[in-house]
Amino acid sequence: MKTDANLDLKSGAKPVLKPSEKLAVSPKMIKWFSQSWMIAVYIFLYMPIVTLVIFSFNDSQVATVWSHASLRWYAALMKDSDLISAVLLSLKIALLSALISVFFGTFTAFALNRYKRFPGRTLFSSMASTPLVMPDVIVGLSLLLMLVSLQHWLGYPERGLFTILLGHSLLGTAYATVVVTSRLREMDSKLDEAAMDLGCQPFQVFRLVTLPLLVPALVSAFLLTFTLSFDDVVLSSFLSGPGYSTMPMVIFSRARLGLNPTINAVATVTIAVVTIAVLASSFYTSHQERKRKRETAQAYSDTNK
Amino acid sequence: MATAPKANIVREDLLRVEGVTKIFDGAVKAVDNVSLTVATGEIFALLGGSGCGKSTLLRMLAGFETPTKGRIFLAGEDITDLPPYKRHINMMFQSYALFPHLSVWENIAFGLKRDGLPNEQINEQVEKMLALVQLTKFAKRKPHQLSGGQQQRVALARSLAKRPKLLLLDEPLGALDKKLRETTQLELVNIIEEVGVTCVLVTHDQEEAMTMASRIAVMNEGYFMQVGAPDEVYEMPNSRQVADFIGNVNIFDGVIEEDEADHVTIRSEECVHYVGHGISGHTGMSVGVALRPEKILLTKEKPAGDYNWCMGEVTEMVYFGAHTTYHLKLASGKVIKAQELNNTRDLSCGLTWGDTAYAHWNEHAMVVLTQ
Repeated sequence: MKTDANLDLKSGAKPVLKPSEKLAVSPKMIKWFSQSWMIAVYIFLYMPIVTLVIFSFNDSQVATVWSHASLRWYAALMKDSDLISAVLLSLKIALLSALISVFFGTFTAFALNRYKRFPGRTLFSSMASTPLVMPDVIVGLSLLLMLVSLQHWLGYPERGLFTILLGHSLLGTAYATVVVTSRLREMDSKLDEAAMDLGCQPFQVFRLVTLPLLVPALVSAFLLTFTLSFDDVVLSSFLSGPGYSTMPMVIFSRARLGLNPTINAVATVTIAVVTIAVLASSFYTSHQERKRKRETAQAYSDTNK
Repeated sequence: MATAPKANIVREDLLRVEGVTKIFDGAVKAVDNVSLTVATGEIFALLGGSGCGKSTLLRMLAGFETPTKGRIFLAGEDITDLPPYKRHINMMFQSYALFPHLSVWENIAFGLKRDGLPNEQINEQVEKMLALVQLTKFAKRKPHQLSGGQQQRVALARSLAKRPKLLLLDEPLGALDKKLRETTQLELVNIIEEVGVTCVLVTHDQEEAMTMASRIAVMNEGYFMQVGAPDEVYEMPNSRQVADFIGNVNIFDGVIEEDEADHVTIRSEECVHYVGHGISGHTGMSVGVALRPEKILLTKEKPAGDYNWCMGEVTEMVYFGAHTTYHLKLASGKVIKAQELNNTRDLSCGLTWGDTAYAHWNEHAMVVLTQ
């Protein structure tokens, strides 16, 4: 259908509509089709989420049968200390692992992009991105085996918060490296040279020029690794110990025992938070972008006067 | 042209480059055994096409590259191995490299702050620089809020703020459009002279080099082909390559027939050249006779005398407004260019496509090239 649409768009500009006559498809039909296609995609993507939100206000014990609206499961959520502590644990792990990932990711990216070639650079570069393509199950399993043997020989570390954090940071560092690398690549290396020319020692160049310009990339790397950690089930399942269940783990295990409407409530809260955050950030970025464009245009009209 | 007399004043050498060579990756010779001295207050231009090594040489002066061989001295001090942040040299970058997250004021103050100067001194110097480049009222703007010409002036102010002994300019006007470039060129030279800083500039634009510099080094494949004042390089090129690179030129191949102290005659296929001064050559030697298009006069009538003229057919006319360039095809098949000033509103020599024309020139118009 895509080619049909293209053909028709091309011929649409001319008065003679030869190709579309042959295909017997009018521009109106194309428009109708593309719109309904778009609606179908949106339904496919968002229907499950909408259903979940609606059912979180359902009064029934059975998660799939609607009785009438109530905030019953939200009240239950407030009292569900297991779930709340799981959410808090997830937030804590996500925050810490995102910070660690961004920290190490930034320095890895910096070493790979700004240093002269050093021995082992290619190996380092591919090792830094391996966790991206390695299946989580394998990473989790191998980490578990390593930690178990370590604990056997050294009596440390006990599986729990620290080990989950370790796994998430490992994965997150790889993602953060990719994000920061792409920003560093598009940044003008002349700026570094200019800073050095004006008297900056290498670390001052990083602190005064590179880092401030990296801030947007650091924020996106942080958000990405935060999200990765927050919804990870696989690594957490391998690496957690007794008493350390993250939110996705609790949801997953409860869902296996039968759908519990409290889960709908906690999911709805999460969705609300994420939606607000995403909307706010995209409004902010587009506002900044428009402001910048306006100012640039202003600078040129100023000088032309 | 603008600064020609400066070259004659004897001053102490500020920059001395001794036999500097730069080899990249063990194979590519970017700069090949270059030596030069630049006197205090001079504006020295490195002129050449892309890949001629001019930028590499500049980067070695700034400290971003280390020479493979040779030494660099600034005011008598060996700076070859000093990192960029320890040299009393500042650079204005090609695309300005202004810090986008800092305001104009902060950009200019950046280098001063690194020196740990007290705040009053920094303020005073930044204000002075802003006044110098006439951007005082733009101090609070960010670089993206400035036009190209303003950005260029911020870059200049930033590189002058630390009062460097030597200022490096990397294609200083490359990012500006033609009209703006002409006014900015003179502005830039005025500011540099007001501050009195010594300058090394890199450019591929011969006009830029000629208007701004007191001396020009023409570079090719990593070495200097010729070093001299702009008029020297233009009127007395020392080789075919230099003559060809700087401006337009017609070169006739010939053999010296008569070699006297006060004149020489050179026979080429097209005509006999009578050169009104002696040269360092001998009878029977093969030489090139270089003749600039603007030194040729075109007429419809045959000129008197036996020397310094040839006949041809006008095959091309290119109108430039102030002048017209005619392409003249000679009997030998050689095409020469002649530039005629349009000093009346009808094309003054009255020639058009297909006409037969005579080109003639003065006995002091040409340069004999032995290389």
